[in-house]
Amino acid sequence: MEVESLYQEIILDHYRHPHNKGLREPYDAEVHHVNPLCGDEVTLRVAVKDAGGEPAVADVSYDSLGCSISQASASVMTEAVIGKSVREAMDISAAFLELMQSRGAAEPDEDLLGDAVAFEGVSKYPARVKCALLGWMAWKDAVSQALDGLATQAVSGPANREQT
Amino acid sequence: MTPTHLPGPLLAVNADAGAVAARPLDAAEIRADFPILGRAVRGGRPLVYLDSGATSHKPRQVLDAERDFYTIHNSAAHRGAHLLGEEATDAYEAARARVAAFIGAPSNEIVFTKSATEALNLVAYAMSNAATAGPQAARFRVGPGDEILVTELEHHANLVPWQQLCERSGATLRWFGVTPDGRVDLSDAGTLITDRTRLVAVTHQSNVTGAVPPVAEIAAMAHARGALVVADGAQSVPHRPVDVTTLGADFLAFSSHKMLGPSGIGVLWGRRELLEAMPPFITGGSMIEVVRMEGSTFLPPPERFEAGVPAAAQATGLAAACDYLDALGMENVAAHEEELTAHALKSLGAIEGVRILGPLTTEDRGGAVSFTIDGVHPHDVGQLLDELGIAVRADHHCAWPLHRALGVQASARATFYVYNTHDEVEALAEGVRQTQRFFASA
Repeated sequence: MEVESLYQEIILDHYRHPHNKGLREPYDAEVHHVNPLCGDEVTLRVAVKDAGGEPAVADVSYDSLGCSISQASASVMTEAVIGKSVREAMDISAAFLELMQSRGAAEPDEDLLGDAVAFEGVSKYPARVKCALLGWMAWKDAVSQALDGLATQAVSGPANREQT
Repeated sequence: MTPTHLPGPLLAVNADAGAVAARPLDAAEIRADFPILGRAVRGGRPLVYLDSGATSHKPRQVLDAERDFYTIHNSAAHRGAHLLGEEATDAYEAARARVAAFIGAPSNEIVFTKSATEALNLVAYAMSNAATAGPQAARFRVGPGDEILVTELEHHANLVPWQQLCERSGATLRWFGVTPDGRVDLSDAGTLITDRTRLVAVTHQSNVTGAVPPVAEIAAMAHARGALVVADGAQSVPHRPVDVTTLGADFLAFSSHKMLGPSGIGVLWGRRELLEAMPPFITGGSMIEVVRMEGSTFLPPPERFEAGVPAAAQATGLAAACDYLDALGMENVAAHEEELTAHALKSLGAIEGVRILGPLTTEDRGGAVSFTIDGVHPHDVGQLLDELGIAVRADHHCAWPLHRALGVQASARATFYVYNTHDEVEALAEGVRQTQRFFASA
């Protein structure tokens, strides 16, 4: 079936066995994003750290409700960004967004995207692109908020991260 | 003059339909009137369209009527000192009369809107505007201490406008809950409908569970307390006979595109004396009596509620849709859908792991069959069915609170219409089984 290009084995595997699911502490920002069409939702936390003078993604955890594509995508996203510098992670995120908007015409960079290349088939189904982007957009929002928080801390002193 | 489209052979054959006993529809003959049903979808598969609850397809008689308007009469109705303007006006007003006859109303009680959604908003905003209108509008005024009563089953179009009216006016929104089988829970009607209730807004047929609430009974209780009653007929008017003289409600909203007509036009029916007293919602050209820089006066209804150049081509198409449905006979349409619904409830209900949202029999139930499959998200169900050429809706169907009340995030929904067949119901059931196998083995 054509639909198997959408439901790649790796996607179904992440759907059945999601990585980094379950909210964790500590974290610097928490966001809640919803897909208003189907009601899929994700609550996502990001912790950032300083890595040699550059902000990096220390941790990402999430809790979510949704279809196989949105669940697998969130799982793959956490694997792709945890441990990377925010700059690298943003590059991956931008590449994933570009892949999703390609209507199946992209040549994804596997070295950059890792498991996320498996979502290439999703780009051929415009109605599913929002599902695939839900976790990524939540991550982007959360990391921006976390960096804003760091900038504020630099001025006013560290906050208690446990209470963020 | 009347629209110039010619009825097709089907209409000629069934010209005397709509009488007493229900006659089976000949779905194969009907399908020949719908060009889109002949197209192929993914993988070259035939289209199994089970999403008419979202929008119906259009028979060539409707397409021809709309094309004829543009080809022969096109002009701005109710304006223009020329022949085409006269013809466009005649076509538009003939369409109003045709739609009125379809629901047993006089012509001057039919207001054309852009959609059922706009029709419901028209009433809600007219009630806001009543605050600053003259004394004749007093019965539409709402404010702190007043209550608007809705149900938890409502489509967002018959919920959000009332929430917003309450926010603007300081009135309080209250609602009937939902029973486990997806009906309006009327057990606390005695305490919910009070002298504070100013308006009751209720679906005439749920777009998710298919439940048909006793609108006349609810209206009688509401009227006893002096409240107005609005019925959302978006899912009833296309599918069964609806007669406003026995409806009980004061207003009825429905849309053309769900009843074989064009998109871009909807209908608000309202009792004449209420429309007379109701202030306008959208203002501008066509709806005024006299305009001065200091202020304006307005035309009587229905024109008072139809600002701007009328959607005459769409109205003409909607009139042709009424012709088409009446030629089939709305009793026959309802009977056909009831058979398909019974078949679907039986076939889907027999599959382990499938949960049907809504009543499990066709009693007081229309043809929306929403369901969930254990372990498979509705969006994935919709995707797998689409792969097989089966078009269903898969989300919360613009009824998020109802899904929450039934304890599900979303559902897949099959809806039926005049052109659907028992083979298509079987294809759906087989598609559901294939979906289960795909996700079980994956």
